[in-house]
Amino acid sequence: MSTGLKLTDVTIRFGGLKAVSELSFALAPGELVGLIGPNGAGKTTVFNLITGVYTPTEGHIHFDGAPVSRKKPHEITRMGIARTFQNIRLFHSLSVLDNVRAAMLTHLKRGIIHSLTRGPVYHREEAAVEKQALELLDIFGLADARDKNAKSMNYGDQRRLEIVRALATKPNLLLLDEPAAGMNPSEKEDLMQLINFIKQNYNLSVLLVEHDMKVVMGICERIAVLEYGIKIAEGTPKEIQCHPKVIEAYLGVAAD
Amino acid sequence: MKRYSAQIVLIVTVMIGLGISMLSDSLDAYYLDIALNVGINIILAVSLNLVNGHTGQFSLGHAAFMSLGAYGASVFTLEASSKLVPLLGGPGTFATGVAFLIALLIGGICAAICGWLVGMPSLRLRGDYLAIVTLGFNEIVRVILQNTSGDGPLGGPLGLRGIPPHTTFFWVFLFAAVCVYAVTSMVNSTYGRGFLAVRDDELAAGSMGINTVRYKVTAFVTGAFFAGLAGGLYAHLRTTISPEGFNFLKSFDIVVIVILGGMGSTAGVVVAAILLTVLNEFLRDAEQYRMIVFSLLLIVMMIVRPQGLIPSFPFMNSKKKSA
Repeated sequence: MSTGLKLTDVTIRFGGLKAVSELSFALAPGELVGLIGPNGAGKTTVFNLITGVYTPTEGHIHFDGAPVSRKKPHEITRMGIARTFQNIRLFHSLSVLDNVRAAMLTHLKRGIIHSLTRGPVYHREEAAVEKQALELLDIFGLADARDKNAKSMNYGDQRRLEIVRALATKPNLLLLDEPAAGMNPSEKEDLMQLINFIKQNYNLSVLLVEHDMKVVMGICERIAVLEYGIKIAEGTPKEIQCHPKVIEAYLGVAAD
Repeated sequence: MKRYSAQIVLIVTVMIGLGISMLSDSLDAYYLDIALNVGINIILAVSLNLVNGHTGQFSLGHAAFMSLGAYGASVFTLEASSKLVPLLGGPGTFATGVAFLIALLIGGICAAICGWLVGMPSLRLRGDYLAIVTLGFNEIVRVILQNTSGDGPLGGPLGLRGIPPHTTFFWVFLFAAVCVYAVTSMVNSTYGRGFLAVRDDELAAGSMGINTVRYKVTAFVTGAFFAGLAGGLYAHLRTTISPEGFNFLKSFDIVVIVILGGMGSTAGVVVAAILLTVLNEFLRDAEQYRMIVFSLLLIVMMIVRPQGLIPSFPFMNSKKKSA
């Protein structure tokens, strides 16, 4: 049963620096929540904690009731959490289709033996994987680029492919790390539609880290604000916009 | 029967190998020897390419695995074959063949086990660090072999001699074909995208649910296994082996083949293995300049064609398969 993501008093220290401090935070299934904060506030660190790249110094992370915090990244992905990266991290020597296939292999039933013997079962599964991957690419308008090198696509398409690749792992929770970074206004518009589309059609929750306020305020149901690793506010976009602590974090204190 | 084309090519290649092997008595011994060296180098380079090229883990210890296979297989042949052959129906092509196959597999498994033992801790390291560790492993194996007792089963610094010359054209090209088939079919599958994903971006691969450690260890152990087989074949070709023959220069030779052929390109590596083995023969009279020629070749290659003789186009694989 899906109970969503739950962070309880999560702290991580790097030497003397507390990058994230006693963060408690929950995300119900089907929710679209934004995580914002000034540069260096620890947003990406939170992503790295959830996806197992870092292990919290203190505190616990649970997903659908199961502990996440001591697991390896690939195990966490298998539990249904997928992510994109702030700096695009596609498999640059692989084709667009193969990027998606690589993300699907985590759900393969057959492994190395079948790839060596190449029997009928192998070919059936291979065909199924390719079909699913192409369907995904088709939905996101990337099917024509299937044999292109991922590196050779334009920036917006690379961002989109990263999201498609994350979806190929069949997640229940999608973490998007600054998906709008470097996009022009019309690309941002497309992105917002894309995120809404994904949320509605794939029945998953989304946690979004983003600097672009138009995107965040436009699509998020709820927003949490981090500053110096501490959650300073949480609420609806409207509440956040006029929250005094948030304004202070972004604009500073008014001089008397 | 397009979907079984890989298996068909494998079987046809092995049949051709068997056919040539039947004629090998009428072939010039010198050229036959070069051909066998080519085959052994193909096994070594293609298996190293799985680690260095496809999975992107720079290993400099391939000669160590080769030596483990060579010693494993030779010790088995020298110590146990005389007891095993009568059990299999007395001395004959079949019995010696089976005993030799077992010896080779034992050599391969010895190397694979050591590959696993070394790989588990050291594959946490990346790039240069892994290269140093594997280089160190190479030297450790050599020094241990060198310091065994001269009367013991491993022969000490002088190594082993009097290994029966079981290696024929058939055996070499059987395993070369199996090695090429195994590496190609492992990599060219959805499962195999994992190796390339680990090479391209380990962090992203982990986040896409790919067990990066398992892929790296799989590549390392498979590479070690085939290096061990090649070592066994080499031992039963040369009939004498010594620890000094498996020093880091031997590892370096294999790395050069992989780099010249094109990292991650099996076809390129096979071509480079052929070219460099033959080039080695031409340089036999100028042995002291061999390393200079190799180094110059590497430098020129890096300037003119850094992607290797036949560059890999991994992003073409899926296209070819779906056609």
